[in-house]
Amino acid sequence: MTTAIDPLPVLLGFTRALKAAGVPVTPDRAHGFAEATSIVGLDSQQATYWAGRATLCAGPDDLIRYDQVFEAWFDPRGELPRRRESGLPMPTSPALPSVDGEADGDGYGDGDVLRAAATTTDVLRRRDVASLDAAERQRLATMFATLRPTAPVRRTARHARWHRGRLDASRTMRDSLRRMGEPGDLAWRRRRVRPRRVVLLVDVSGSMSAYADALLRLSHRFVVSQPRAEVFTLGTRLTHVTRALRHRDADRALIAAGQAVPDWSGGTRLGETLRVFLDRWGQRGMARGSVVVVFSDGWERGDAALLGEQMARLQRIAHRVVWVNPHRGKPGYEPVQQGIAAALPYVDDFVAGHSMATFEELVEVVGRA
Amino acid sequence: MDPVMHQAMHQAMHSAAEVSARLGATGYLADEELATVLFLTMKMGRPLLLEGEPGTGKTALAEALALSLDLPLIRLQCYEGIDATQALYDWDFPRQILHLRALEAAGSSGSVEEAEKSLYDERFLLARPVLTALQQSPAVLLIDEVDRADDEFEAFLLEVLSTWQVTIPELGTVSAATPPYVVLTSNRTRELHDALKRRCLYHWIEHPGLDREVAILRSRAPEVADALARQVVGVVQQLRDRDDLLKPPGVAETLDWARALNHLGTTNLDLATAAATLGALVKYREDADRVRQALDRMLTP
Repeated sequence: MTTAIDPLPVLLGFTRALKAAGVPVTPDRAHGFAEATSIVGLDSQQATYWAGRATLCAGPDDLIRYDQVFEAWFDPRGELPRRRESGLPMPTSPALPSVDGEADGDGYGDGDVLRAAATTTDVLRRRDVASLDAAERQRLATMFATLRPTAPVRRTARHARWHRGRLDASRTMRDSLRRMGEPGDLAWRRRRVRPRRVVLLVDVSGSMSAYADALLRLSHRFVVSQPRAEVFTLGTRLTHVTRALRHRDADRALIAAGQAVPDWSGGTRLGETLRVFLDRWGQRGMARGSVVVVFSDGWERGDAALLGEQMARLQRIAHRVVWVNPHRGKPGYEPVQQGIAAALPYVDDFVAGHSMATFEELVEVVGRA
Repeated sequence: MDPVMHQAMHQAMHSAAEVSARLGATGYLADEELATVLFLTMKMGRPLLLEGEPGTGKTALAEALALSLDLPLIRLQCYEGIDATQALYDWDFPRQILHLRALEAAGSSGSVEEAEKSLYDERFLLARPVLTALQQSPAVLLIDEVDRADDEFEAFLLEVLSTWQVTIPELGTVSAATPPYVVLTSNRTRELHDALKRRCLYHWIEHPGLDREVAILRSRAPEVADALARQVVGVVQQLRDRDDLLKPPGVAETLDWARALNHLGTTNLDLATAAATLGALVKYREDADRVRQALDRMLTP
């Protein structure tokens, strides 16, 4: 690059291309880039490359885009040492899945492709999970990584020292006593907060089989992000699958869960399995003060009265009961099935759960509970 | 050391290769990219924001930088709820009171204003890391794990990092003659504010490749035999490639493990000693189980 032409337009043009590719380049960043290149000199392409990485990027997500744009702009023959050759997994915040075929073209600098990807992703987010084909399911599976379930919290009776909040009279007094009673700084305190446990009860009976995969993936996100979360599957019997889902990799976790559950796509005896849950786990402490989420369409083979009874019991123990029904978001749905009609009076939140968008809402409802 | 001499030493760093060589002399092996970025940090007078997995040597870099420049390292460890009085300065209230009592006891006849004035003296000022760095500059200021602090603290840092001065109402403004070299580290537990990022040069530290990690191991733990070092690094690198570990081992863990094996007199990695020393490498029970199974495959030829 030791030519007589003014390098500045080339450099600034590069920052624009970078911006078009989605790296948030602000004028001051571009200015920093120009300054950095003038320090390291323009004769080395590598130095320019690293100067740009340091001044224009703001996170691991940007680095990959930066590499691609830099290559296209300065180094069409691909002679630069690639930093990603080690092939180590990079802990980026998960990118949205790309559309098929995008990898073929260069994609960047060409906003249409990106925009198209954004639209199809958006459409997919709103589609009913049960209506997807295999390829769409696969893309949806990667989208689960973008879910970040936050734990609902409760304030505890204990206090912790804090730099503002309410006056901590006893600590202030003790500090003062240490100084022979001279007044001094005031100490402050606030109520401590602790995360509540989230318990997920997933119906895996025949009528829910189209949603089982998505719901287990959702449960996996909860288990991975919250150490105290617990997951059970409901069907003809109750299965504790938290341990199986604890695997970091979603696909492996799902396989492990699949092996653990003996009653896939069987019948439903919601009332009875719920009673087993409450007797064996819930009442002893797991459901106490926690947020319990039931994923079910409410088709009950057994006695609906028993279900109502057990839901009442659950509501007395739990902090909040959320019922997620995949059919809830569909037009014309009425909660008239025996099971759901019996359960509804004891449910705090009744939400939809058939698409990615509704899962996102659910995560928010649980986080706020 | 004399500030003028320091100045002379900084001028001496005039290429990325030299930065790399100087860091190498302290035992920190920086690749060309990192050296370039550090060089730019010094030249442009901007803070350096280091991100990366835990255990990739972010804190060690700041230490090595201070050592190679022969400057004091001042460290500010961030935590949830940290505020300006812990980062900047605080008045030593008990000593101020004591001082007043002493004046009283001595029956000082000075005026009230004088007594008050004597309270806000430098000697009652508790300089916290940021103020210390500004006073002692040139120095290396390490702001560690800035992602743990709150947003408000970030805004406050932004102010200091752009003006390099701190105003103490009772004393006046303290400003640094030469801005200190600032290294911020973050483990990315949350996204930092963009305004703070824009002030900084950004660098993502990755786990080193096989050869580099062997070189690091050889330089940090020269007592470990070459063959063992290669084996250890080979195993660690394979473990990092797996995506099912809760916490993949960092360079620090590699060093610990190699030292542990060395203490046991191991010269050739075998399954029994590897399993016995696993506690130095992985820190979760689930991980230990997985690694034990994986070792079985890696170490049986």
